[in-house]
Amino acid sequence: MKDGLFTTLSNRQIAQDVFMTELSGDTSEIRNPGQFVNIAIDGLYLRRPISVCDCSEGKLTVIFKVVGKGTGKMAEAAPGDKFKVLTGLGNGYDLSKAGTRPLLIGGGVGVPPLYLLAKKLIEKGSKPFTVMGFNSLQDVFFAEEFKKLGCDVAVTTVDGSLGIKGFVTDAMPSDYTYFYTCGPLPMLKAVYGRTETSGQFSLEERMGCGFGACMGCSIMTANGPKRVCKDGPVFEKEELLWKI
Amino acid sequence: MEDLRVNLCGTELSNPVIPASGTFGFGYEFAELYDINILGTFSFKGTTREPRYGNPLPRIAECEAGIINSIGLQNPGVDKVISEELPKLKKCFGKPVMANISGFSVEEFAYTCGKLDKEPQVGWIEVNVSCPNVHGGGMIFGTDPKAAAGIVAAVKKEVKKPVIVKLSPNVTDIVSIALACEAAGADGICLINTMLGMRINLKTKRPVIANTMGGFSGPAVFPVALRMVWQVSSAVKIPVVGCGGVSSAEDVIEMMLAGATAVEVGCANLVNPYACKEIIENLPGAMKKYGITGLSDIIGGAK
Repeated sequence: MKDGLFTTLSNRQIAQDVFMTELSGDTSEIRNPGQFVNIAIDGLYLRRPISVCDCSEGKLTVIFKVVGKGTGKMAEAAPGDKFKVLTGLGNGYDLSKAGTRPLLIGGGVGVPPLYLLAKKLIEKGSKPFTVMGFNSLQDVFFAEEFKKLGCDVAVTTVDGSLGIKGFVTDAMPSDYTYFYTCGPLPMLKAVYGRTETSGQFSLEERMGCGFGACMGCSIMTANGPKRVCKDGPVFEKEELLWKI
Repeated sequence: MEDLRVNLCGTELSNPVIPASGTFGFGYEFAELYDINILGTFSFKGTTREPRYGNPLPRIAECEAGIINSIGLQNPGVDKVISEELPKLKKCFGKPVMANISGFSVEEFAYTCGKLDKEPQVGWIEVNVSCPNVHGGGMIFGTDPKAAAGIVAAVKKEVKKPVIVKLSPNVTDIVSIALACEAAGADGICLINTMLGMRINLKTKRPVIANTMGGFSGPAVFPVALRMVWQVSSAVKIPVVGCGGVSSAEDVIEMMLAGATAVEVGCANLVNPYACKEIIENLPGAMKKYGITGLSDIIGGAK
């Protein structure tokens, strides 16, 4: 974990209410895909936890949806604007169990952390299959980017305006070695009920500090209480106590 | 050379800065970031006899200049604190630590305090009779002078180390409660714990906090905390630890001028994990600016 000053390189809208911001700064603490950063915003007391979409030396990409005041202010960032950012938060995905054909399942703004994951899995020689679920055509982003990485991609929309009509569970292939997922809770629970292999879930909770001090985001797991920010946000399927 | 030392109930602190319970875990998350031995001491996560998972989520709501929390005293229980957390802490913190203890009955308070009193790492027992987030315990002990005094008297029988009672601001007469604790043998008073508050989510039209209400803290409560430190330190003879919204070296000085012997920093640790380090580093400069050579000399200096 490290607190650093990041400078906005670019910021643009990529779907309805969804923005992609590229920042420059010290990314040395970001170790795994699926980790997150906590961004301080002028005039708001708490920082905003946002997942890492992409990261290379000195450059960080985040994608977020405008849902309130904080993300509203972030959407207005112009090149040169500076943010204090806590980096290297959370555990991130464990790539060692992926196998040759991992399945990546993302819903809405749960898609971004899967991008760096896909990149790293491909570097390791896997061939990921990515299912991306959105409500409608105007919400879709990053399908081409995943294809460019070398993933097989299926897009679903609830209203059928693009790709397969339905939910991510309607587009899941039958043959995969392991799965990784991130998205809204109802989607995660549907994936939990439908998948037959083991896999990893990235969860979201309302957080206080983001680094394990306040116990604001603790969930009960098979291994006792765990902090989503520090012990997670990624949990193994077997740790979750969901009743489907 | 500015002198930052203060004496808290017979033990010298290298400076008056103490991270408040519930905002600093058992220290080691912060030890990843800086050497926590620079702290005066810190108050560890509120500990109960039994392990507690705490309250349902969401437990956090943001406010203007602060947050509401309803954690509900999540902790691994006193036995695990002694067998697991304290040994881990020993590796990164060599000073006496403040043990923050809560409970649901007089017997439980006395038992848990007695156990932690025997730990050589513990320097002070901070008795939390003011947690607003648990039912049938916590704050109800701290809102009635007789109940608070009853806890203090029972705890004092079980412990040898100084007992500091952490009081709730959610009362009409804080002074009467502080005086009752002093009369029952308390060695110090810490105040304030959080103020009961709530927020409503306009989208769902339901309270943000799953438990409806929670404890409000942060810079917004600083003037209330300062006022109560002033009132209580004017009435009691034992030291007062000021707590509530402290975020800067200047806030520490202001709290001490109001009558605080030491100062706890809470919420600020959650938004800036380096908050206490920065406050300690900034204290000599702030003292110089205001013509202060020794912090011990300014305690209650505004009176």
